[in-house]
Amino acid sequence: MTNGDPLSETGDRPDQAGAAPPAARPPRLFALLLKDRVACLAALMLLAVAACAVAGPFLLGDLATRQNLHAVDLPPFTLDNGWAFVLGSDSLGRSVAARLVVAARTTFAVAVPAVLASFVVGSAWGMWAGYHRGWRESVSMRIADVVLSFPSLLLAVVVLYVFSPSVATLVLVLAIARVPVYLRTARAESAELRSRLFVDAARTFGARGGSIIRRHVAPTVMPTLITVATLDFCFVMLTESSLSFLGIGIQPPDLSWGLMVAQGRQELQTAWWIAVFPGLAIVMTTVSATTLASWARLATDPAQRWRLTVPRGRARATARRAEEAGR
Amino acid sequence: MPETTAPPVGPLLRASGLTKSFRVPRSASGSTSLRALDGVDLTLDRGETLGLVGESGCGKSTLARVLLMLERPDRGTLSFDGTDPFALRGKQLLAWRRRVQMVFQDPFASLNPRLNAAELISEPWRTHRDLVPRRDRAERVRRLLEMVGLRAGDAHRYPQEFSGGQRQRIGIARALALDPDVIVCDEPVSALDLSVQAQVLNLLAELQAELGVSYVFISHDLSVVRHVADRVAVMYLGGVVETGSTEEIFTNPRHPYTAALLSSAPSPLRSDAPSRERILLTGEVPSPVDPPSGCRFRTRCRHSEDLCSRTAPPVEAVSGDPAHTAACHFPLGPASAGSGASGG
Amino acid sequence: MNALRESIHRTRPTDPAAMEVDGLSVDIRTPEGVAHAVRDVSFTVRSGRTLALLGESGCGKSMTALAIAGLLDPVADVVGGRIRLNGADLLALGASERRRLAGPELAIVFQDALTALNPVFTVGAQLGEPFRIHEGLSRRAARDRAVELMERVGIPEARSRAGAYPHQFSGGMRQRLLIAMAVALRPSVLLADEPTTALDVTVQAQIMELLRDLRTERDMALVLITHDLAVAAEHADDVAVMYAGAIVETGPIGEVFAAPRHPYTRGLLSSVPGGGRPGEPLRFIPGSPPDLRAVPSGCAFRSRCHLARERCASHRPELSGDERGRTVACHYWKEATDA
Repeated sequence: MTNGDPLSETGDRPDQAGAAPPAARPPRLFALLLKDRVACLAALMLLAVAACAVAGPFLLGDLATRQNLHAVDLPPFTLDNGWAFVLGSDSLGRSVAARLVVAARTTFAVAVPAVLASFVVGSAWGMWAGYHRGWRESVSMRIADVVLSFPSLLLAVVVLYVFSPSVATLVLVLAIARVPVYLRTARAESAELRSRLFVDAARTFGARGGSIIRRHVAPTVMPTLITVATLDFCFVMLTESSLSFLGIGIQPPDLSWGLMVAQGRQELQTAWWIAVFPGLAIVMTTVSATTLASWARLATDPAQRWRLTVPRGRARATARRAEEAGR
Repeated sequence: MPETTAPPVGPLLRASGLTKSFRVPRSASGSTSLRALDGVDLTLDRGETLGLVGESGCGKSTLARVLLMLERPDRGTLSFDGTDPFALRGKQLLAWRRRVQMVFQDPFASLNPRLNAAELISEPWRTHRDLVPRRDRAERVRRLLEMVGLRAGDAHRYPQEFSGGQRQRIGIARALALDPDVIVCDEPVSALDLSVQAQVLNLLAELQAELGVSYVFISHDLSVVRHVADRVAVMYLGGVVETGSTEEIFTNPRHPYTAALLSSAPSPLRSDAPSRERILLTGEVPSPVDPPSGCRFRTRCRHSEDLCSRTAPPVEAVSGDPAHTAACHFPLGPASAGSGASGG
Repeated sequence: MNALRESIHRTRPTDPAAMEVDGLSVDIRTPEGVAHAVRDVSFTVRSGRTLALLGESGCGKSMTALAIAGLLDPVADVVGGRIRLNGADLLALGASERRRLAGPELAIVFQDALTALNPVFTVGAQLGEPFRIHEGLSRRAARDRAVELMERVGIPEARSRAGAYPHQFSGGMRQRLLIAMAVALRPSVLLADEPTTALDVTVQAQIMELLRDLRTERDMALVLITHDLAVAAEHADDVAVMYAGAIVETGPIGEVFAAPRHPYTRGLLSSVPGGGRPGEPLRFIPGSPPDLRAVPSGCAFRSRCHLARERCASHRPELSGDERGRTVACHYWKEATDA
């Protein structure tokens, strides 16, 4: 009662019928999103990137691979050479803008399945281990420790040297390397939830572990895990770029943002835009995803949703106080 | 040796010699055992309210968890209508679970904030699928809501939109959803305001009169227990130190701990507050990891003697009433603490 | 009407007030509008006496305490009033000046002793901190003072236990530590917000005894914020009953509880179990407190009051009363007590 949720002091509704105000319907998610400008921007950003990844390669044809030795290392931000070179060109005269769009597809084709796979496997495993405790928890955590203690880059290098580097193996390796991240988070949260009273309550009805996990644990843990997943998205993209740089990730002529950063790095002194724009793309995608995730975390929680609708600013109240003091 | 042959007539629930220990880590290496329950005997009749009082750590919550089969006792037996529920398996076990339900202390933590009232109340039916046909569920939820004094329109509201008292009503409706014989109420009103507390206590009494359900009513608030309970069991450090009818316990406590407990409980209705003689217990409850030898209460008891540290006192009938028992070598005289306890 | 006018010139006993709260109002910004959590609250506490601020959850008693201590949540604002502590108006002071008063003048004890203590420092270090900050003592000297304090609040083997961490203490002992920390700099006013709610009755009695002794010994004014009528009855000298953010009745606690004047106080006292016969339905106040975002006009209690009439809807009753500090905010209390 002394701190935290300010509504605890005022949120009590009348106990008796009749006196109660009509229950406010929870606002629609979309309407909530429109109200939050930052989250809205992040959503638009992600939509644009996704649209590029899906439709871009068809629209651009071979623009991304067409070499033009008369237009080598053109600087960005000028329309002298046409729209295609608005972000400059690389050392072979290829349009950076077009390459960015095409690379989005490969980047997503690696990062999205890898993140999804590790997310699903790690979360389910972690919730199961955390809920049941005991040996299941111990064994799971030791496995996670082993995988994590092995540098994921090294693991990837070994595996990719043995098998031929392809998008599929890349996804598999990245997914396995990232499972422990979700496993650990899900286990910790689920073990904590297990001691919550409402889980106890479900046990008194005779509900089984599986149904408690589905009904009570998963919905509560999910927002945290989604936040972890968006952060991990960035990590996976960067790992992919490191592998591509080492020559065992995406193989040219395929393209990814990571590969573009890697290739542009040698020319950072003379043509910074080749490395910087794909880097920016990675950063902006990640930031957008993280912003949207933290917004969704609040918006999907009935107990927290009100925070999104609190009027901002204390200017008025402070002004009134000053006025009062002046009198 | 399970007492499966108990006669069908007799108490609804009989616990004898329930003992439960937990392993707790003591140092970096190795663990030690904490004896949460130590030979607890209890009976509960149909339609009766048994008050369970004691301070935190006395084992009343563990006892509740054993009655709900959330914990399995190390020793001792539980007999419910002549059956030992711990011997059941599968479908029979599930059917038994339905018969004992619980109302929790904290109406905030015991309701999942992500489910609305209707989902919360109908949750038990997701496990007991055959109990209420799917098409009748909405109607049953409405009836349960009205039974506990909420409106049918509240079904789609979330816990945080309700006040504490209303939340506790949802908790009660959820416990009633499975049509139980026994409801274990673990401090059901201690988180509520006084005027709301009265409403919830009245509701529990009405439901008992209407449905004939038995309550095990755990509370630290003695005035509440005195109001609701037919019989009272006083627990201290894992054991029942005194049982008897509510009137007997409150007017004629024979165990020194009961007397001390009654005298330290403040009451706003007592006009003699400052002048009243109080038995102020010194210290706190000893750790159940390392309980005192002999009588558990002896370290805080003013009447303790050598005998108390050597042998644990047996549970014996006192005051000539076989239903009033106490575990004490030197039970108090009939009038000793009566004055301190009878106020109110 | 006379009663109304009298209330402005409430007579007060002559002994000096340690703290005077005058017309304190606190608003909370919520999605559904502004909630008036504390509405025009005035009271006085005197050295060596205990005032119980009594009320149910949501009545604004904790908000009042937090406003006095300067610990309000960012969504809550003090929108009016004065808090006089030894001549200074707390609300007119800047943040740093206020911090300087926290400890030597004003201290607060919270309900939840485990979260109020920092789990990663030893209790000796935490108890010594006020001395280091306000008196500039060395680490060693501060620790010695901390041990003294621990002994004073009844922690056995204080010297050896000063090196222990909060979780190694029981609930009662932790509450003692919090009290020790609060009284370390000998404040003239101690706010205790539900200090014993989380404790067992036998320990609760010990803690209240300790607070009473410290208050007498150090001549502090103690403000006991509680929802528990029993605790207030046993340990307070005066009581201020709060309802829907405002004080509805004040007076010496024995008199108020023996002959309550406000219908709310009467209702509260009659819903204590033990008044009637066991098994009988308990009496309770119908309805529930109003939404603080839309407090009804006139008297906030009128929708639950059996005495309510038209005047209650149009005129807000002011606190008015007699010489002995017995005041009540009700137009028709005399009828209620006659009935």
